[in-house]
Amino acid sequence: MSLRIVVTVKYVPDATGDRHFADDLTVDRDDVDGLLSELDEYAVEQALQIAEDADDAEITVLTVGPEDAKDALRKALSMGADKAIHVEDDDLHGTDAIGTSLVLAKAIEKAGFDLVISGMASTDGTMGVVPALLSERLGVPQVTLLSEVSVEDGTVKGRRDGDAASEQLEASLPAVVSVTDQSGEARYPSFKGIMAAKKKPVESWDLSDLDLEAEQVGLDGAHTVVDSAAERPARTAGTIVKDEGEGGKQLAEFLAGQKFI
Amino acid sequence: MAEVLVYVDHVDGAVRKPTLELLTLARRIGEPVAVALGSGAENTAAALAEHGAVKVLTHDASEYADYLVVPKVDALQAAYEQVSPAAVLVPSSAEGKEIAARLALRIGSGIITDAVDLEAGDSGPVATQSVFAASFTTKSRIAKGTPVITVKPNSAAVEPAAAAGAVEALAVSFSDKATGTKVTGRTPRESTGRPELTEAAIVVSGGRGVSSAENFSIIEALADSLGAAVGASRAAVDAGWYPHSNQVGQTGKSVSPQLYIASGISGAIQHRAGMQTSKTIVAINKDAEAPIFDLVDYGVVGDLFDVVPQLTEEVEARKG
Ligand SMILES: Cc1cc2nc3c(=O)[nH]c(=O)nc-3n(C[C@H](O)[C@H](O)[C@H](O)COP(=O)(O)OP(=O)(O)OC[C@H]3O[C@@H](n4cnc5c(N)ncnc54)[C@H](O)[C@@H]3O)c2cc1C
Ligand SMILES: Cc1cc2nc3c(=O)[nH]c(=O)nc-3n(C[C@H](O)[C@H](O)[C@H](O)COP(=O)(O)OP(=O)(O)OC[C@H]3O[C@@H](n4cnc5c(N)ncnc54)[C@H](O)[C@@H]3O)c2cc1C
Repeated sequence: MSLRIVVTVKYVPDATGDRHFADDLTVDRDDVDGLLSELDEYAVEQALQIAEDADDAEITVLTVGPEDAKDALRKALSMGADKAIHVEDDDLHGTDAIGTSLVLAKAIEKAGFDLVISGMASTDGTMGVVPALLSERLGVPQVTLLSEVSVEDGTVKGRRDGDAASEQLEASLPAVVSVTDQSGEARYPSFKGIMAAKKKPVESWDLSDLDLEAEQVGLDGAHTVVDSAAERPARTAGTIVKDEGEGGKQLAEFLAGQKFI
Repeated sequence: MAEVLVYVDHVDGAVRKPTLELLTLARRIGEPVAVALGSGAENTAAALAEHGAVKVLTHDASEYADYLVVPKVDALQAAYEQVSPAAVLVPSSAEGKEIAARLALRIGSGIITDAVDLEAGDSGPVATQSVFAASFTTKSRIAKGTPVITVKPNSAAVEPAAAAGAVEALAVSFSDKATGTKVTGRTPRESTGRPELTEAAIVVSGGRGVSSAENFSIIEALADSLGAAVGASRAAVDAGWYPHSNQVGQTGKSVSPQLYIASGISGAIQHRAGMQTSKTIVAINKDAEAPIFDLVDYGVVGDLFDVVPQLTEEVEARKG
C-alpha cells in the first residue's frame, strides 16, 4: 500500500523584511512579502527522500493560511510534492497554536496519513510546538526535532540532538515527525518542477469541510490574547573604535569599566 | 495563596539554573510547587527549597528515560490534577515546550512559549515575549484555562527564599500513549567544562571570519579568560568548525547573557534573533559596515586575529 505522507508547511512574512503587527495585534501580512517558511523546506526535502526510498508513496502538502499561502504550496509542489491542500477561511484570522493544531489535525485526518512531517519551528511564531500538538491530537507517536530520519517496514527512526544528549528514536507508523535544518539541504525547484507544479491539484477546504465551527478558531476561539506589541527601542549607538594596534586593550578597558573584568 | 506548578529541569538531581529562575517568577504569582521527575528527582529538593518551593512532588520510573516526552506529560498532568494550580511554568527548552504544549491541550488551556518576563495581573499572569528576532516586545495572557507558560533562561535573577520544600511522592499512571516513541540509544554530550551556553553570564562567539576549526582556539582562549561559554554563527557551524550545539540564532540557541562578544560575525537577522536581548553587546569585525555594529555597545573595527588575542592577554593580565 502506498505510504501517505502529509507535510505541513506554513506561509510566513519574510524575516528579512520589516515585520510588524496590525492594529488587532495579529501579524501584518499586507506590507511584507510572504513565503514558504524556510524551515519547512527541510520537511519537504525529507518527505521527498523518504518517498524516493519507498516503493510507493504520495506526498500531500498542507497549509492553513490566507489566500496568498498558495504560494507556499506552489513552492513545495515545485520541489516535487504530489498534491496540496489549502485550508482557508476568514474565520481563521488570529488563530493561536492550539487552534492551528486543531485545524491541521482535522485536515490531516480527512486527507488520510501514515506519516506527518513538519518543520522544527515556523520562522514567525517560532514556538516549535505544533508537531507535539498534532501528535497529541492524532493520538500517534511524536518523533520530533530529528537531524536524521528514515522510514523502513512501517517504522520511523531518527536522531534527535538534544541539549544534554543525542538520542536515537524509534516509533511505529502512523507518526508525526519534525525535522531540523541539520537534516540536509533542501533542493531547489527545477524548471521542470516549476512547470509540473502548475498542473498539480490544489484543494481548498474551509471550516465547514472540516466540521469545525468559527468559535473554535480565530481570535474569538483563541486561548491566548496579546494585549500589546511595542517595537523594541533601537539600541543606543555604541562606541566604535578602529583598531590601530591597541584595539584589544581599548576593548579590555571598556569591559573593565563595565565590571566584566 | 494560590499554588504555581514549576517543572524542574535537572540532571541526576542537580537542578539547572533556569528552573531556579522560574521559582523567582513563580513567587510573583503564588506559592511554587515543584515537580521533579526521573533519576535523582528527590535530590533536587534541597536546592528547590532554598529558592522558594513549598513542596516538591517527585516520581521516578524507567519510562522517563526510555520513551520520549509523553511520560513526562502524563506526570505533569497528574501533578496538575493533584494541585489545581493557578499556573504551570516550564523551562523553555525544546523538550520543555513540547511537554508544556501537550499539557495545555489536555487540560483545555492555552500556551505561551519563550516568555522573557512574567508578572501577576488582574486577569492572570502577564507574559512578556520578545518576537520577530527581538525587534518587538509583546505582552500576552492565557484567556482560557490554567495558564501554561514556558520561560527562557536568563529571564529572572536566581533569588534565595527559604521554604519548606517538603518532598511528596507523586502518583503517576502512564497513558497508553506513553510508550509510543522509544529512545533506543543515547550519547550524552561531552562536557567542555565551560558554562552552559544558554545559562552563561558571558558568551564569546565566532563566525565565518574565524576561518577554520583550529582558529576557534582563539575564541576559546578568550572565553576561558572570562569564564564564558563559546558560541558560533551558523556559517561557522555549517563549515564544520564548531558543533551545532553551540550555534547561536534562530535555529540554534537563544542566549541572553550579561555580555555577548561577537568576532567575525556579520549580524544577519537569524543570528540576531538569538542574541539581541543580551545586556551588553561587543563586536570585533574588520568591516566597518557590518550590521552587527548597529547593535553594539562597543565595537572594534579590526582584524580579529590581532584584536582577540590582545584582549585575552589583557584580561589575563588584569586578573593578575
Ligand atoms: C510573534 C508571534 C508569537 C506568537 N505567540 C504565540 C503564543 O505564545 N501562543 C500561541 O498559542 N500562539 C502564538 N502565536 C500564533 C502561532 O504562531 C500560530 O498559531 C501558528 O500557526 C502556530 O505556531 P508557530 O507558527 O509558532 O508554529 P511552530 O510550532 O513553530 O511550527 C512548527 C511546524 O508546524 C507546522 N505549522 C505551523 N503552523 C502551520 C500552519 N498554519 N499551516 C501549516 N503548517 C503549520 C509547520 O510544519 C511548522 O514548521 C504567535 C504568533 C506570532 C507571529
Ligand atoms: C532559516 C534560516 C535560519 C538560520 N539560522 C541561523 C542561526 O541560528 N544562527 C546564525 O548565526 N545564522 C543563521 N542563519 C544564517 C544567517 O542568515 C547568516 O548566513 C549567518 O549568520 C552568517 O554567519 P557569519 O556572520 O559568521 O558569516 P558572514 O555573514 O559571512 O560574516 C562574516 C563576517 O566576518 C567578518 N570577518 C571576516 N574575516 C574577519 C577577520 N579576520 N577579522 C574580523 N572580522 C572578519 C566579515 O567582515 C563578515 O562581517 C539562518 C539562515 C536561515 C535562512
